[in-house]
Amino acid sequence: MEFKDYYKIMGIARDATEAQIKTAYRKLARKYHPDVSKEKDAEARFKDLGEAYEVLKNPEKRAAYDQLGQGPRPGEQFRPPPDWGTGFEFSGADGNDTDHSDFFESLFGRQGRARSRPGFAGGGQDHHARILLDLDASLQGGQRTFTLRVPALDADGHLETKERTLNVQIPKGVLAGQTIRLPGQGSPATEHGPAGDLYIEVEFQPHPHYRVDGRDLLLTVPVAPWEASLGASVAIPTPGGAVQLKIPPGSHAGSKLRLRGRGIPATPAGDLYAVLEIALPPATDDKAKAAYLAMAAAMPFNPRANLGV
Amino acid sequence: MTPIDEEILSGEIVEHYTVLSIRDLSRMCTVEASRITELVDEGILAAQQSQNGEWRFTGEALRRARIALRLQRDLEINLAGVALVLELLSEIEQLRRARSFGS
Repeated sequence: MEFKDYYKIMGIARDATEAQIKTAYRKLARKYHPDVSKEKDAEARFKDLGEAYEVLKNPEKRAAYDQLGQGPRPGEQFRPPPDWGTGFEFSGADGNDTDHSDFFESLFGRQGRARSRPGFAGGGQDHHARILLDLDASLQGGQRTFTLRVPALDADGHLETKERTLNVQIPKGVLAGQTIRLPGQGSPATEHGPAGDLYIEVEFQPHPHYRVDGRDLLLTVPVAPWEASLGASVAIPTPGGAVQLKIPPGSHAGSKLRLRGRGIPATPAGDLYAVLEIALPPATDDKAKAAYLAMAAAMPFNPRANLGV
Repeated sequence: MTPIDEEILSGEIVEHYTVLSIRDLSRMCTVEASRITELVDEGILAAQQSQNGEWRFTGEALRRARIALRLQRDLEINLAGVALVLELLSEIEQLRRARSFGS
């Protein structure tokens, strides 16, 4: 198990005051909050941060954690000492429903996690999860398998995290940021009411060709200078299969050509934008060099005319 | 024989829902209905009045409500702050769109 240095995660000294801990948390939470942050590993950083704060802001947990010292040397596995946790009393629920690392759970167990939800006399709770979906699943529709970590109560009433595999029929045309509802897949039914539902929020993995903008797709299409200048018909991929794209004469780099209705098949369907990029043929042999020279001789062209020099 | 987890689940896209009640939304977000009322009062969630005077939300409200509640909980900001963050986030999104589409 990996030892987590909560002080390092929060960027504070081991003798930091409560006020310093709070300030550090606020500052980093704003930076890494997954709803706000564009940092690549924001979600993981934020989870670590929440866990670190949960321990360090609580004097009992902090004192217990400090007993561990600085942790094992790098590369060594961490194991809680056999007498760990004796003499400490961890009180109360923290009201934090994030799932904790194995490290955290080995130290603080699951006490304080199984809080009851307010105000819902009745059935099982609804659950939420996020999935990273390949774009093709939305373009074609189809079945995908996901493994979710699901908190569940064990026989003693402790909360534990179980892995659960789901085969989901992905609705064709689902967009990033949308939520798929799977009825009855939340917490099981109780004597008071039906099972909860599972809500999965969709994000897309990067696609090798298409960039996604809402329901629209952007495809960068490299063209040769003569195709852009003289016009051409070129083959491009679309979600529905390859098509011929007509390049109008006088096109330039960055020109956007819209193929209506060729984007994500939502309702209404998105569009596909072909964004042109000029690719230059390499002048690697004499014939190619001669062609470039002939072009230079035939066309008085100063691409830097606007620079005023 | 097919094990239970081989079952194929199909679902609906929540954003396609046209009508959610405040009870639906509070259950989906696992918060008291009063927390949803606060979001409406602050102008964070848009609600239509139905004929019997009850609030009606569209499916889009789920994600917005969840983001607002997370910001409130994790960053300990008040509702006016949450509303401002959401506005700035959508402004960033519009700028990002404008940039990726050029002029």
